[in-house]
Amino acid sequence: MKPFAFTKAESLPKTLSAKKETTQFIAGGTNLLDLMKKHISQPDELVDITSMLSDKIEAHKKGIRIGAMVRNSTVTLDANILTNYPLLAKAILAGASPQIRNMASAGGNLLQRTRCPYFYDITTPCNKRQPGSGCSAVEGENRMSAIIGYSEQCVAVHPSDFCIALAALDAAVVVTQSNQKNSTIPFSDFHRLPGSTPQQDTNLPANALIHSIEIPVNDFHKNCAYVKVRDRDSYAFALVSVAAALDLKGNTIQEARLASGGVAHKPWRWYEAEQYLKGKEANAVHFKEAAAMAAKDVKPLAHNGFKKLMLQGAIETALQNCLTT
Amino acid sequence: MKTEHLYSRRFFLKTAAAFTALAALPSTVKAFYQEVKNFIVPAKQTLPLVVTINKKEYQLSADTRTTLLDLLRENLQLTGTKKGCDHGQCGACTVHVDGERVLSCLTLAAMLPGKKVTTIEGLAVGDKLHPMQQAFIECDGFQCGYCTPGQIMSAVACVKEGHTRSVAEIKEFMSGNLCRCGAYNGIVESIQKVAR
Ligand SMILES: Cc1cc2nc3c(=O)[nH]c(=O)nc-3n(C[C@H](O)[C@H](O)[C@H](O)COP(=O)(O)OP(=O)(O)OC[C@H]3O[C@@H](n4cnc5c(N)ncnc54)[C@H](O)[C@@H]3O)c2cc1C
Ligand code: SF4
Ligand code: FES
Ligand code: FES
Repeated sequence: MKPFAFTKAESLPKTLSAKKETTQFIAGGTNLLDLMKKHISQPDELVDITSMLSDKIEAHKKGIRIGAMVRNSTVTLDANILTNYPLLAKAILAGASPQIRNMASAGGNLLQRTRCPYFYDITTPCNKRQPGSGCSAVEGENRMSAIIGYSEQCVAVHPSDFCIALAALDAAVVVTQSNQKNSTIPFSDFHRLPGSTPQQDTNLPANALIHSIEIPVNDFHKNCAYVKVRDRDSYAFALVSVAAALDLKGNTIQEARLASGGVAHKPWRWYEAEQYLKGKEANAVHFKEAAAMAAKDVKPLAHNGFKKLMLQGAIETALQNCLTT
Repeated sequence: MKTEHLYSRRFFLKTAAAFTALAALPSTVKAFYQEVKNFIVPAKQTLPLVVTINKKEYQLSADTRTTLLDLLRENLQLTGTKKGCDHGQCGACTVHVDGERVLSCLTLAAMLPGKKVTTIEGLAVGDKLHPMQQAFIECDGFQCGYCTPGQIMSAVACVKEGHTRSVAEIKEFMSGNLCRCGAYNGIVESIQKVAR
């Protein structure tokens, strides 16, 4: 690691105004320290923001607010979340390990960086790590890479499980900007597609802090599921994951939500398939059709053609699981 | 081999000569050299720390980069906690901070003041082993023993959290601790024994 100065943030205004380009905020540290050890992130100064942000989950009329410092494991134990937003807990429990979930913050989870092996190997070109150096994955080892929404500049996938559930539930990210004003970014606009600037993962304004995450009240709590397909059964990142949620009246689908991880540079919503399911009976035939509808749009790379069928299967399974869990 | 030796010897003599010459230079040049050196090798920064480990308070000064794992092993000679991967991928370094299991390799020592750390050395009471330590011995919960301190710290937390209702649940909630020897069955048995 490169030497750095360490300070504990004591006031929000001071923290925000003192942030330089070479300053990094640290919350759980589970992603940042790893990247610093590998010389991918090299801040001159670390600012500990753990006592600066809320670690509370608050319910209000329109939904719930998860403070940026709420630990990932706390989300999985919260009674309100388990009753009204269980998809969030299911997604988090499918990721990382109990130790990491105890450390990781909600805000840090949203900002964790890709697990593309070339991004982690500083001896190889990577546009995300070193803009303009080229993408080693696009023509290289791309078994884990994206199958939709990628560009020639970057084919990396977004690694979070929590974010897939947040995308499905139409969450929003409340950010505190450097002028201390709060603004809200819809979840679908929070993460970016790589385009020609893959170094930028999100639309979080420079020097801003994630304040909290808002999840609107919904009727998906009875019928939701998270399916994650990976190289080993636990403690591994997704090859493909699916968050599915159905709002049923009898057996008729009022609303459907389908989002995927492991397929794109951001949590990916399958809007067309959601639209198709609306008003249909919840049954295997319709689930199969919806899955095929999503999979028809994907364009796998040289080594990840398998992800297409995997995605289709994961969507069908997740929709089926919505009926049994 | 031989030429390499010669080369490094010559290199050593040359550099040594350069440093001797440097000592004779006026101070402005020395200051300039320091600046260049600081630019190439940034100076390490240290921080005074008060940390509580196994109920004992330590007052130390540490490099800001020190992880809890390195603090334990290198600064305090508490070598029970093991370094497997140093990147959060194996669980060998698992300790408890304020009673919760965490990875010491991804914890900065600088963020510990005010928190209580428990390591494998802090589990036994005098000569009396913690029930989980005893269970690991009785159930063959280890072979080489390298992952064991991390497994035991994780297992104690797993029982406390109540994630012991089935073998599948134990395996899922112990998945953050890898064992290259494959002592998994004994580990699961140890946990079942303590949970009972
Ligand atoms: C071995 C391993 C396996 C993992 N497996 C999974 C998995 O399967 N699924 C999964 O989803 N995740 C997985 N993770 C990732 C883990 O979930 C993230 O590392 C974690 O969520 C990051 O949170 P943190 O608080 O530790 O972030 P930090 O490391 O503290 O910060 C990450 C980044 O976010 C910034 N930041 C943090 N909080 C804020 C804030 N409030 N405002 C502005 N900036 C902020 C920091 O500056 C930093 O750049 C895994 C991690 C490891 C090490
Ligand atoms: S896919 Fe993105 S992260 Fe991976 S090597 Fe290419 S530019 Fe880097
Ligand atoms: S040494 Fe910390 S997880 Fe491997
Ligand atoms: S006992 Fe050898 S690694 Fe687990």
